Amino acid sequence: MKKIYGSAEEALHGILNDGMLIAAGGFGLCGIPELLIDAIVKSGVKDLTVASNNAGVDNFGLGKLLATRQIKKMMSSYVGENAEFMRQYLSGELELEFNPQGTLAERMRAGGCGIPGFYTQTGVGTQIAEGKEVKVFNGKEYILEEGIFADISIVKAWKADETGNAIFRKTARNFNPPAATCGKICIIEVEEIVPVGSLDPDAIHLPGIYVHRLIQGEHEKRIEQRTTRKKESA
Amino acid sequence: MAWDRNQMAARAALELEDGTYVNLGIGIPTLVSNFIPEGVSVTLQSENGMLGMGPFPYEGEEDPDLINAGKQTITELPNTVYFDSAQSFGMIRGGKIAMAILGAMEVAENGDLANWMILGKLVKGMGGAMDLVAGVGRVVVVMDHTNKHGESKVLKSCTLPITGKGVVDRIITNLGVIDVTHKGLHIVECAEGVTREEIIAATEATIV
Repeated sequence: MKKIYGSAEEALHGILNDGMLIAAGGFGLCGIPELLIDAIVKSGVKDLTVASNNAGVDNFGLGKLLATRQIKKMMSSYVGENAEFMRQYLSGELELEFNPQGTLAERMRAGGCGIPGFYTQTGVGTQIAEGKEVKVFNGKEYILEEGIFADISIVKAWKADETGNAIFRKTARNFNPPAATCGKICIIEVEEIVPVGSLDPDAIHLPGIYVHRLIQGEHEKRIEQRTTRKKESA
Repeated sequence: MAWDRNQMAARAALELEDGTYVNLGIGIPTLVSNFIPEGVSVTLQSENGMLGMGPFPYEGEEDPDLINAGKQTITELPNTVYFDSAQSFGMIRGGKIAMAILGAMEVAENGDLANWMILGKLVKGMGGAMDLVAGVGRVVVVMDHTNKHGESKVLKSCTLPITGKGVVDRIITNLGVIDVTHKGLHIVECAEGVTREEIIAATEATIV
């Protein structure tokens, strides 16, 4: 089966529908699927629910899909680096479901493993627990959280071989592997597609079984907070 | 004389135990890494997927693929390891991180912590704070004893929405060090020039 597509538009052809649930990788602007987001903007698909730790910034990352009003609901742990997001949220145009960061990651991981729910101590006694089942194990309270089963996953990796075996680079890995596993169809964009056999099988982060469609392209990789130190003078 | 930000961070650094894995929050907790005592070696976790967090990069050496949980560019160390967010919070929830040092808006005498929602301000989300306080071995809060209106941030009960219930073990403020015990709040140490009576007077919660 051919997994490699010529462009993000081609890779998304025929699988985008209004109202669908998309799981997206990335933390802040690090390791986000820039090319696939751009192609979803172009497609005009709307009423999307997006599970992503953050919501991008104005005019970059998921901020682009917010600018075009294609997102109906976000499932995130931290948002608001984005004026347009806040405007839409405060005016009631955009729904927001806060998830503790680890709960969001585990919900994606669980969905990818076929686990519909799990109990966690995170959020017990807080607003997050409202309306959720509470169960006591060994005298401690836990709340029930549900696995995320997305329609598609959009993911950014560093390199992949032609069969989709993928590796990530440094902290750009973040939500990408759990997001990749929880979608019925997973599309990944990489900086480089390499021949089968050129990646160490012991060093693969995401086995190609999870990857259905694959594209290669140039990434801007914008830095959100540039922090540096001065070299001590000799 | 109360402690300043750096003195609070230096005091918090004395909480670090050699050979442990620790998560430092944003603000004063970040400064703690400048005061790690000699002979103490700790590995810093960044919850976006890294153990062994190094300092900021030199100018021109920033890597967009290498950031901390505050989205700042950082560097790696010889013992650095990367992993995905599910595994990162697996080690947090699983109790593998010995301690988190975090900032707070309010702490209650039963150990409740509020640090994710300010009333009248836009809510940006809890990020990883709820997972951290629920999962790590020990939670140390570093914060000013009072807010900018001079009101106590150590309270009988939190007025803001909480991040975690009964999760705080120790509070380090500009006035001193207070432990949350099952009997109530207990003063462990006073900052130089600060008396026990002054701490009690500045605290809305009951000190036992």
